[in-house]
Amino acid sequence: MSAPGGFLDYGPDAIIMAGLTGSNWRLADYVARGGYSALRKILTERIPPTTVIGEVKRSALRGRGGAGFPTGLKWSFMPQQYQGDKYLVCNSDEGEPGTFKDRDILRYNPHVLIEGMAIAAYAMGCGRGYNYIHGEIWETYERAEEAVAEAYAAGFLGTDILGSGFSFLLHNHHGYGAYICGEETALLESLEGKKGQPRFKPPFPASFGLYGKPTTINNTETFAAVPWIINHGGEAFLNLGRPNNGGTKLFSVSGDVARPGNFEVPLGTPFATLLDMAGGMRDGRKLKACIPGGSSMPVLPGDVMMQTDMDYDSIAKAGSMLGSGAVIVMNDTRCMVKSLLRLSYFYYEESCGQCTPCREGTGWLWRVVDRIEHGQGRADDIDLLLSVSDNIAGRTICALGDAAALPVKSFIRHFRDEFQHHIDHRQCLVPAYI
Amino acid sequence: MLNLEIDGKAVQVAPGSTVMDAAQQLGIHVPHFCYHKKLSIAANCRMCLVQVEKAPKPLPACATPAAEGMKAWTHSELAVTAQKAVMEFLLVNHPLDCPICDQGGECQLQDLAVGYGPSASRYREAKRVVSHKSLGPLVSAEEMARCIQCTRCVRFGQEIAGAMELGMIGRGEHSEIVAFGGRSVDSELSGNMIDICPVGALTSKPFSYAARTWELSRRKSVSPHDALGSNLVVQVKNDRVMRVLPLENEAVNECWISDKDRFSYEALNGPERLTAPMIRQGGQWIAVDWQTALDFTAHALKDVTARHGGAALGTLVSPHATLEEMTLAARLTRALGSDNVDFRLRQADFRGDGQGEGIPWLGLPIADINDQDRVLVIGSFLRKDHPLIAQRLRQAAKKGAQVSMLHAVADDWLLPLAHSWITVPSLLPAALAGIVVAAARLAGAAVPAALAGVEPSERAQAIAASLASGQRKAILLGNLAEQHAEASQLLALAQALAGITGARFGCLSEAANSVGGHVAGALPQSGGLDARAMLENPRRAYLVLHAEPAFDCANPVAARAALDAAEFVAVLSPFRHGADYASVLLPVAPFTETAGSFVNCEGRAQRFNGVVKPLGETRPAWKLLRVLGSLLGLPGFDFATIDEVRASLPIQEAAIAGRLGNGTRVAITAPAAGAQGVERVADVPIHFADALVRRAPSLQQTADAAAPCARMNAATLQKLGVVAGADVRIRQGRGEAVLAAAVDAAVPDGAVRISAAHPSTSALEGLSGPIEITGA
Repeated sequence: MSAPGGFLDYGPDAIIMAGLTGSNWRLADYVARGGYSALRKILTERIPPTTVIGEVKRSALRGRGGAGFPTGLKWSFMPQQYQGDKYLVCNSDEGEPGTFKDRDILRYNPHVLIEGMAIAAYAMGCGRGYNYIHGEIWETYERAEEAVAEAYAAGFLGTDILGSGFSFLLHNHHGYGAYICGEETALLESLEGKKGQPRFKPPFPASFGLYGKPTTINNTETFAAVPWIINHGGEAFLNLGRPNNGGTKLFSVSGDVARPGNFEVPLGTPFATLLDMAGGMRDGRKLKACIPGGSSMPVLPGDVMMQTDMDYDSIAKAGSMLGSGAVIVMNDTRCMVKSLLRLSYFYYEESCGQCTPCREGTGWLWRVVDRIEHGQGRADDIDLLLSVSDNIAGRTICALGDAAALPVKSFIRHFRDEFQHHIDHRQCLVPAYI
Repeated sequence: MLNLEIDGKAVQVAPGSTVMDAAQQLGIHVPHFCYHKKLSIAANCRMCLVQVEKAPKPLPACATPAAEGMKAWTHSELAVTAQKAVMEFLLVNHPLDCPICDQGGECQLQDLAVGYGPSASRYREAKRVVSHKSLGPLVSAEEMARCIQCTRCVRFGQEIAGAMELGMIGRGEHSEIVAFGGRSVDSELSGNMIDICPVGALTSKPFSYAARTWELSRRKSVSPHDALGSNLVVQVKNDRVMRVLPLENEAVNECWISDKDRFSYEALNGPERLTAPMIRQGGQWIAVDWQTALDFTAHALKDVTARHGGAALGTLVSPHATLEEMTLAARLTRALGSDNVDFRLRQADFRGDGQGEGIPWLGLPIADINDQDRVLVIGSFLRKDHPLIAQRLRQAAKKGAQVSMLHAVADDWLLPLAHSWITVPSLLPAALAGIVVAAARLAGAAVPAALAGVEPSERAQAIAASLASGQRKAILLGNLAEQHAEASQLLALAQALAGITGARFGCLSEAANSVGGHVAGALPQSGGLDARAMLENPRRAYLVLHAEPAFDCANPVAARAALDAAEFVAVLSPFRHGADYASVLLPVAPFTETAGSFVNCEGRAQRFNGVVKPLGETRPAWKLLRVLGSLLGLPGFDFATIDEVRASLPIQEAAIAGRLGNGTRVAITAPAAGAQGVERVADVPIHFADALVRRAPSLQQTADAAAPCARMNAATLQKLGVVAGADVRIRQGRGEAVLAAAVDAAVPDGAVRISAAHPSTSALEGLSGPIEITGA
């Protein structure tokens, strides 16, 4: 383990990211840390796939990409008796503003992902897998390529893995930087070489996925948790966290904290503890607001956050969502109108344009927030923003529409006075001098 | 079947149906834009959001599968709120230029905006600007800011036309429809994109700003072009055809028409229309009244037949003429003592005459094409000759049909082919014979005796194996096969192959009334001369109905020579042509100005009425022929109405079905070895195929109307010592032409593709056969 406070200190309870120095990412290092023992155990002991899925179910592992769907349940949707190709896809298209955890896994511990995917492929009978890495982190893609090559050379990937007769061919694939390609069906379209646009569901990927074949898509961190679950048992993983919120979670803490970075903590850890790990508020300023789960999730006022524990259910109870675990911390110098403007512009730029409410609505939201921020707001603009948000949310093909609408509604819900001030006085409520 | 409830009404639908299907079955209209019954589901416009029991959010009716016990409400508060919200979003960036928009009055967005839109917009920012696109002469994309990104046009290209010529680039608000690389849209079905565009983004270029939809009356008609007989709505203002749209007929054209059907109307009021009868007097053409023209014609006909006998008269009828016109032309000819009448102007081989069991036809209903498992198409420029049949085969292939091609050029039919065998025309019978032998061996059937020496190639075996499997199979002969010098052998071989494989077989048929010509008896019945013979053995007098012999005959050189030498030629045509050989020009009505019927390739007789008054002094040809018959004192011409003509048809419409049959008694002979030297492959380009399209200006600007080149592959170019781009001199029989040489990998070794029916190639003899090529 690296020294506490060091660059790669993910916290004392880290399991996925434990013992990383930044340079011990190679296969030999991973094996020295006990890596690939879970895969070896499954293959040599010929543990039935249903047992593996059962173990993952018991762990209460939930999707780490944002939606938090129970992983074991998702795996059990894959048709076991299906004759023909089945695919496994890893979603490393980490594009949510504030999220930077999967990149660390790929850079510093890529083999844990490879092992996790191999186990998942075994459990679901997938012969081929793709790891879709987003386009802006080219050096990370290159490292993932190196790691995959090592795994093939060592016989952890390829045909007849460890003499078991099980074959799994894994390929890395890099995107070109479209946020929408992080949406799983848009990712599949992109992987197929088409324009990255979400598909209408149903059919779901488990029945009609990549190239129309049964496909399971999980987040990088989700796969990365699997080897530990197999080694230590689902029960042990669950006990790390809370009921229905098994295991540890990587949180990407950014914003106005002294030591931004990734921290792997058991689910259920109080926000205050996480904030301490991140060195507390930078310059000792007051915590004003926090987006606990990535930019698509509702913002929460600082005092609410300080009372909240970091797990799916607690954050939901507080009125937001855990999402991808991107904790964006804002201090009292932050103007909420300006903050929302940045977010709204992001969704306006990243809307794929396929369906009407999102294509037309995100631009509308951005333009209204923009004029409020720049002192051109109109009396009915706040109601207009809420109405347009309502008209987008829940009416689009994918969740990007919701992602654009939720921040608007939550920023206004918690900080309406700042918006009103901008409109009434054509200037910011946050004094310029602080 | 699934039982569900829409708006409280119970309905039963088949598994796999959607909520939209169920609603439509009940006659409940769910507002929509991107949904189209013939296209894949995109679910992107979100206009059809409805409330579904137990679903927390409104769901798109078009994409939500119907489920047993499901309850949905299309007009509940939740649904209507969502629909209104979507409408508001659609109008955010839509220009409110309805007053000058060609779509105004027939715009789905305009109609639904009235129902679901507010009277004023809450959006007060600048609207998106989308630059105009140039998509070619037919489809106007001048106002792309109107586009609502429903992608119907994109899906139409991918799924119906078979080529993705339009796509959506950009993301979010910056999404726009473009043609790849700024090219034009060249599909022969492109005009349908105008129909399916729910807004005024894609509009008709020829119809631009010509009229408002509410000024137009809608009249039913039938396409006079290809053998499908597409049903049309002809829109008329002030006795002028302004526009042509498809009339939906699921059994024939579904909801599509080809660009030829859609835009040929431009010729109807063109400068080449013949609007008054004209007589040649001393080398001068003078307009005369009908009485004079008819007296002159009747007198000349009587005179020639009196002096030289009835057989001195030959009648050439276009296969695009109506059933009634053909019937009366044939009757007039026979009444004057001649059996020399024919409509099969491009046919070269008449050895099958008198050997057939019935009227040649498609061999199966058009609608059955979509359900075939195995199809072999022989000698067909399928996409250009039969655009909508190609479309149906595309749908069949999508469902898993194995479609194979035996042809003289490797045309891209824009559908996945199981097998493709390209060989020079003279070897097509040998190729087909190989398939027959391979199929016979596979089936353990007897090999026809004449084919004993034929050893099937691998390709023959592959195609035979394809035809050996599957349940529903068809073998279809295209225009090249029908016009082939060995057409009767190809038919006999196709018949043998069909017998062995249990397939149906038939002819795709060339023109709107090719089947009707047989029904009308417009071909020799008692030893008369067929179309080829009456040109090779020139007659003293000719009646030419609707045809343009220089373009419509298999051998235009022979046609010109025969007509030039004739004493008397009466040209009955809507257009001014034949002035150098005709004795009299009689203006007869095109299909929009007369009542009539066409019998399509499946034997369906389709009646239509005139939609506008005849132009100028033009008269319907059936009336003209009726008067001529009466003037000549011939029996059987005493009609007052078109219905009386129909009552006198040799085969009544209802009896046609029973008379159809492709069987032939022509004996199969051992296939000949291929010809020496270079031979010609001639297609009839889609926009040169009949008198109407030749004169439609917009169609003439399309890529399909490009002037013919001498197209050959690189090896043939090299062998002949000519270079692509340079002019070459082509000699065929007595004729000669100079064309640019072009390299075309689709043409097999030893063949040169030189299109027919064009002024630049009408000096060449025959649609096939040996040619000589030298540098010009």
